[in-house]
Amino acid sequence: MSAGRGLADRLRRDPRALAGGLVILGAIACAAVAALNTGPPAPLEEIVARRFVAPFGATPDGVLHLLGTDRFGRDLLARLCVGARVSLAVGLLAALTSLLLGVLLGGVAGYAGGVPDRLITALTDAALAVPRVPFLLLLVVLFEPGLALVVLALGLTGWMTVARLVRAEVRAARNRPFVEAARALGATPGRVLTRHLLPNALAPALVAAALGTGNAMMMEAGLSFLGLGVQPPTPSWGNMIAAGRDALVTAPWVALAPACAVAVVVLAFSLLADALEAALAGEGASR
Amino acid sequence: MPRFLARRILGSLPLVLLVLTATFAALHFAPGDPVRLYLGPDADAAAVNAARHALGLDRPLAVQYLEWLLRFVRGDWGTSLAQHRAVTAVLSDALAPTLLLTGTGLLLTYLLGVTVGTLQAARRGTALDTALTVATTVLAAVPAYVLALGLVLVFTFGSTRWGWPSALRLPAIGAEGVGADFLDPVQRLGDRVRHLVLPALTLSVIGAAGLARFARASVAGALRQPFVAAARARGLAERRVLLRHAARNALLPLVTLLGLQLPALFSGAVFVEAIFAWPGMGRVAVQAVLARDYPVVMAVTAVFALLVIAGNLLADVLAAWSDPRVEESA
Repeated sequence: MSAGRGLADRLRRDPRALAGGLVILGAIACAAVAALNTGPPAPLEEIVARRFVAPFGATPDGVLHLLGTDRFGRDLLARLCVGARVSLAVGLLAALTSLLLGVLLGGVAGYAGGVPDRLITALTDAALAVPRVPFLLLLVVLFEPGLALVVLALGLTGWMTVARLVRAEVRAARNRPFVEAARALGATPGRVLTRHLLPNALAPALVAAALGTGNAMMMEAGLSFLGLGVQPPTPSWGNMIAAGRDALVTAPWVALAPACAVAVVVLAFSLLADALEAALAGEGASR
Repeated sequence: MPRFLARRILGSLPLVLLVLTATFAALHFAPGDPVRLYLGPDADAAAVNAARHALGLDRPLAVQYLEWLLRFVRGDWGTSLAQHRAVTAVLSDALAPTLLLTGTGLLLTYLLGVTVGTLQAARRGTALDTALTVATTVLAAVPAYVLALGLVLVFTFGSTRWGWPSALRLPAIGAEGVGADFLDPVQRLGDRVRHLVLPALTLSVIGAAGLARFARASVAGALRQPFVAAARARGLAERRVLLRHAARNALLPLVTLLGLQLPALFSGAVFVEAIFAWPGMGRVAVQAVLARDYPVVMAVTAVFALLVIAGNLLADVLAAWSDPRVEESA
């Protein structure tokens, strides 16, 4: 498909896509390395000697810690990598949930029109009126906090943008000649929607999903920061920031390292989304 | 205008009802028996049944729903499980600090965002424009709690260590100082303002970064319009062209962004209040979650949602008031 290749070319030339993509790949690589490295915990006396080593500092036994250590003498870089697994997994899975839900609801609303459209639009408007964090707190209090709940809760609160975009795209395309042709050939509404309309609406939805991944990671870290998301000892960037808060003055790196990690990866996803949006706009102009 | 207002208020009623119904549903289908939570695990079956009957939990769902709705409208929002007092009492203490914080935050958001965006549009393509674009892109990606910790590190701990003037040494806990009751009114006001600076700044910087990007695009678009060329042709000073002609027309649409800003603002307020121990609804909600006090969490969510709906209504009215075409097309 030549349109797809044009899009890829434009993306490859965009420095924002390059920077964003590299950061995200780096984070995934860190997470993968962390998955290989699970040693036994150190004995207690070693922990005391290793507490709060500053970045680029070495412990008495000569081990270098690039990002320093925390109050339990754990290497922050290693923990950051383990945390990346949790944070990335939550972000990507939540965004995927939102994408599926948004495409489904937006597609049905846009194609069916009439009463289903009005109902789904009303639902979307209502969901947009509910501030996300208080609502997430509500879900956390009603059910046990944990990884699965965080993914589900973030997925269920992030689909509205995707739904609106997909609805608009499907509505605009549903009476175009190629759709008429598919209908005239006897395609069922379900087939017209999934085979002909949704593939065309997917690109803007992906932009929203890229932004949504960053947002979900930010929210996960926020919930964990409040002690309501991923529970220690499983490290996530959010609960690492919360743990570093007590030593903010004496050892600021403990909180700053995961804080910077969240900010950089969220920024990477937003740059990628910007680049994708620009590339799609360029594609539309040249069409 | 009155007819437009009436129509918009009626139009948002279904949304209010939907939010309230969702609240009831969450309350009703929540796992865990509220009666057992209230009486404790040691209560015997007779006491539980008596309490259930007294609370009306043994009646049909539709009846319970209508009664709950009636009570909600009358201001009876149930009892906090953790504090054993009315939910409305718990919330009424917290509403004013939250409105102060989010109100100040919203004002600063628009002030900062519009100023930066207009400046960028006026200096389009310069190094300043590029620097501000980078800054706003980065700031928009920083989570509120990260920014809050950074500000505390610099303006609470750093400023003391580095011996900065006392105006830059800002408190990071609570809405007023320990001895605030003993200060005279002027000093007390100063104390309150100092406590407000860091939380309000945290809340506004991130939203302002997003808003600045809209404002830049909007003002830059207006600067290309014929009426701007006409104003320039009449020999008006560039400053006047920018502020009186371009910005004024470009910034009115930003009012409608209020509807998108508000949910994010209230979400941010939860984090900001938790970090700065600000005695508002967000902190109440977080504490209630930790105590599994779900009537309070539910009420906070409903109140925030109602505030967003009210804010959207206000934005629509402002838009119609500033641009009569909106009213006609509605």
